[in-house]
Amino acid sequence: MSAAVLEEHGAAGVVGTRMLRREDPALLSGEARFVHDLVVPGALHMAVVRSPYAHARITSVDVSAALGMPGVVAALTGADLAAEWASAMPCAWPVTADMQSPKHLPVAVDEACYTGDAVAVVLAGSQAEAQDAAAAVAVGYEELPAAVDLEDAARDDALAHVDAPSNRAYTWELVPDPDAVRRAFDEAAVTVKERYRQQRLIPAAMEPRGVCVVPQPFGGEFVVYSSTQIPHILRTMLGLTTGVPEDRIRVIAPSVGGGFGSKLDVYAEELLCLALARRLRRPVRWSEERSEAAQATIHGRGQVQEIELAADADGRVQAVRVHLLADMGAYLQLVTPGVPILGAFLYHGTYDVPAYSFTCTGVFTNKTPTDAYRGAGRPEATYAIERAMDALARKLGMDPAELRRRNYIGADRFPYSSVAGLVFDSGDYEAALDKALELVGYDALRHEQAQRRSDGATKLLGVGLSSYVEMCGLAPSRVLASLHYVAGGWETATVRMLPTGKVQVVTGATPHGQGHVTSWSMIVADKLGVLPDDVEVLHSDTGLSPLGLDTYGSRSLSVGGTAIALAADRLVDKARLLAAHRLEAAPEDLELSDGQFVVRGSPSTSIGIGTLAFEAFTAHDLPEGMEPNLEASATYDPTNFTFPFGTHVAVVEVDTETGRVDLVRYVGVDDCGNQINPLIVDGQVHGGIAQGVAQALYEEASYDERGNLLTTTLADYLVPAASELPSFTLGRTVTPSPSNPLGVKGVGEAGTIASTPAVVNAVVDALSHLGVEDLEMPVTPERVWRSIGASAPVQGGAR
Amino acid sequence: MRVTVTVNGTTETHDVETRMLLVHYLREVRGLTGTNIGCDTTSCGACTVLLDGESVKSCTLLAVQADGGEITTIEGMAAPDGTLHPIQQAFHEHHGLQCGFCTPGMVMAVASLLKEHPDPTEAEVREGLEGNLCRCTGYHNIVQAVLAAAHSGELVP
Repeated sequence: MSAAVLEEHGAAGVVGTRMLRREDPALLSGEARFVHDLVVPGALHMAVVRSPYAHARITSVDVSAALGMPGVVAALTGADLAAEWASAMPCAWPVTADMQSPKHLPVAVDEACYTGDAVAVVLAGSQAEAQDAAAAVAVGYEELPAAVDLEDAARDDALAHVDAPSNRAYTWELVPDPDAVRRAFDEAAVTVKERYRQQRLIPAAMEPRGVCVVPQPFGGEFVVYSSTQIPHILRTMLGLTTGVPEDRIRVIAPSVGGGFGSKLDVYAEELLCLALARRLRRPVRWSEERSEAAQATIHGRGQVQEIELAADADGRVQAVRVHLLADMGAYLQLVTPGVPILGAFLYHGTYDVPAYSFTCTGVFTNKTPTDAYRGAGRPEATYAIERAMDALARKLGMDPAELRRRNYIGADRFPYSSVAGLVFDSGDYEAALDKALELVGYDALRHEQAQRRSDGATKLLGVGLSSYVEMCGLAPSRVLASLHYVAGGWETATVRMLPTGKVQVVTGATPHGQGHVTSWSMIVADKLGVLPDDVEVLHSDTGLSPLGLDTYGSRSLSVGGTAIALAADRLVDKARLLAAHRLEAAPEDLELSDGQFVVRGSPSTSIGIGTLAFEAFTAHDLPEGMEPNLEASATYDPTNFTFPFGTHVAVVEVDTETGRVDLVRYVGVDDCGNQINPLIVDGQVHGGIAQGVAQALYEEASYDERGNLLTTTLADYLVPAASELPSFTLGRTVTPSPSNPLGVKGVGEAGTIASTPAVVNAVVDALSHLGVEDLEMPVTPERVWRSIGASAPVQGGAR
Repeated sequence: MRVTVTVNGTTETHDVETRMLLVHYLREVRGLTGTNIGCDTTSCGACTVLLDGESVKSCTLLAVQADGGEITTIEGMAAPDGTLHPIQQAFHEHHGLQCGFCTPGMVMAVASLLKEHPDPTEAEVREGLEGNLCRCTGYHNIVQAVLAAAHSGELVP
C-alpha cells in the first residue's frame, strides 16, 4: 500500500515525508500571539460572577458596592443584560423532534443551574480591578435540591431545572431489527452483560479560553478575537444570538493553545464581550482563569453504559445491545446532545455483528454542560465494546487476541455495510492486530505474566488489547441532515498564485496545534511544483477566509485537505491552458513536473508555473476568454465518513501491595490511510494516547453530593506529567481511504479512542486470576487495592 | 515599589504594585508575552523562566522578589540573528511541540534541567520535567528532544 502513496505523489514530492513544522519557530521563540497576548489600548476587562451553588433561585443581585470600587465602569446582572440577546445560547444538534432544551442565557436571571453558572459581570480598567469588584457583588441565593448523580437524575429525584417536566432531554434509538436481537440473545451459547461508568473529564487545554472584542470606529464592525476552534461557526452564532449582523462580525482565532473539543463551542463569555463592546462602545476582553476553566468550559464523557454481547460457543458475537445514560450537564451547548450519537453506530467496534440495538437517554444534571471532547462518543463506544470483548474472552477461557481475530470484519469485506447502517470504507483489522502483537512481543509477555503469577510476585503483569474503528471526516452534509444536525459538513479552500510565483492557500479549517500550515503547504507544493516555504496558508480569520466549517472530528485533512487538493488541481488546469497557449502546444501534450509545464517528447520546450502566474497577472496575452490571475477555489462535501482503525496494546505492572499501576510499555498500530506527514501523525497519536491513558488512570471531574466541583485546579485534577507516562512504540499499516482523492482518513482522535480500554483491560488482565473482573475509572491505587481484597481468586487457572 | 530587573540582558527600573506577580511584570511591564499563564496554582509550568540561572515559576514569585536579579525568558533564548537555541532547535527537529502554549515554559525548564544534568537518562528527563504540563504531545517527543539536545554537544555548560 505504501507503493500507492509513492505512485500518487511521486518520489520527489514532499507529501509522505517527515517535513519539520513551519509553525514551530514562532511558537518556540515566544513570537506567537495568543488572545491573552494581544495589546488592546483602552480595553475593559470583564470578570464574571459565578454561582457557588449547583442549583439555586437567584433572589437578589446587588452590584452597588462593586460599582463604587476603583476602575469599575459597569456591573450588570442577568436582568440588566436580558435585552441584549436576540436568542438564547445555541444548540445546533436537536437530535430528536421532542428534545427538551432549557433556555440558556449567557447570564442567568432567576435560576443558577450549576456551580460556575454566570450571575453577573463586572467591567473595569484592569483584570485585577474587575476581579476585586466581582467579589463585591452581593447575590442572594435560595439553594434548591440539585440533580448531581446521573442515575439519580434519570429518576428525577431532583429536577435540574425547576420548571422542567423531567430531567430527560431526549431518548434516541437505533434498533434496526429488534426481533433479530431478541433471537440472538435467546439462542446465544454465551452472553455477557457489563456496566461501565465513563467519568466526567475536564479537557484542560493548556491555554485557558480568552476573548477580546474590538469595535471598529467606522462601519459598525466588531473584530472578535477568541481562543476558539470554530471562528466561522462562532461568527454565525454570534450574529444569531446578539443580533449584530453577521457581516459586521469578523472572528479571528490567533494562536490557539489546544482545544480537544473544548473550544468547539459557543460560550457565554464570547456573547458577553460582543454585547458589552456594543453597549459600551469600547473594547472588552476576558481571560479565563484555570479554576474558571474547570467550571465554565465544557466537560467531556459522563455516561453510564450497559452493554450486552450474545455469542455462539466459538465466541462469534451475534448481537450487541447497548443502553446509555448520557449526562448533558445543566444546559445543551453547541453539540451536547449529539455526542453520544457520534458513538451510537460504533458499539460493535471492528467486529462483524449481525444484530444491533442502541438506546441512549440524555439527562440533565446540575453540573457543567458536557460537549465534544477528543473522540466525542467514539472513545465511549470503543471502551464499552473492547472491555466487553475481554469479559467475553474471560468467560470463554479464550485469549483476547484470538477472540478479536475470530470476530473481525474480514479484509475482503470492504466496503462493509454495517448493521448500524454505515458503510466502512476500507480496512484490514487483522493486519493491525498482528503488527501490534509482534511489536509488543505478545507471546513472551504472556509467558512472563504466567511466570510472575506462579512465583507469587507482588508486581503482576497485565496485557490489554484494544482494537478500534472510528468514523471521521465529519461529514457528508446529507448524513448530518438525517441526524438532525443543523449545519453541513463540507469544507472550502482557495489556492492563488501571486505575481512573483508565491502561493496563498485560504482554508476554512482552523488549526490549534495540528500543524495545518505545514500539511497544507506540503499538499499544494506537490500539486504546483513549488517549495512548501513559498506557500502561505491563510486561516482562522473570517476576514481572510470568509467561509468554512472549522476543525473537529478528525475532519481537517480528509475534508479540508481534499478541498485544497481539488482547488490546486483546478489552478493547475487553468495554468495548463495558459501554458499551452504560450508554448503553442495542445494542453493534453503538457505535463507538469517540478513546476515546469513540459511538452511531452520535447523536453526543451517548457514554461514554469511561476512565469505563468506573472503572465496571468499582467494579462497581456491570455487565451481568448480566460480571466486574469491563477486562482481557483473548491468546496468539498464528502460522500462518506472515513474509518481509521488500529490495535493498541498496553502493558502494566500492578503492585498488589499498594495498588499502584505503572504503564510500562505501550504499542499503538494505527491506520489512517495515506499520510501527508508521518511526523505529525506520530505526534497526534502520542498526544491522543496520553489523554486516553489519563482517563483510564488519573483524571475525573469530581463533584460532592451537593454538586460542588472538587477538582477546580490542576493541583486537584490530575493531568499526567511526563513522569507518569512511558515512551510509546508506534507502528502503522496503510489502507488508503476510497472516500476521498487523497486516500486519507484522519488521526486526531485515534490515540484517545484506543488507549483507554487498552489500559483498563491491562489492569484487569493483571488481576483476573485473583477474580477481579472490572475496575472503575480512573483506576486509582485505592480502587485497585480494594478490588484485590474484595475478590475471590479464580480456581483452575483461568485467565 | 521600585524594582530593577535585568531581563534577557536589558536592565530597567520600574515602579510596580507590591502584589504584582513576576509573570505579570514580564508580560505587562516588560512586554514579553512569550511567557504564558496556564493555571493559578503553580501546577502547569507554562510561566517558567530562569532567575539567576535557575528555573522558577514566575506565577509563584512577586516582581519585587526579582529585584536586582537577572531573568531569561523564552525571548532571550535564540541568538540575536534569530538562530534557535540548541534546545529550541531540538524541539523543532523532534516535533516536541504542537499548540506551543506550554513550549516556552518547557524550554526554560529544560535549560535548567540540562544545566543540572548534562547527560540525563530518559527517567531523569521525565522526573525533571514533572512540573511542566503538556496536553498535546504526550511528552514522547519532548523527551526525545531533550535527550537530543543533551547529546548535541552544542550546549554550553
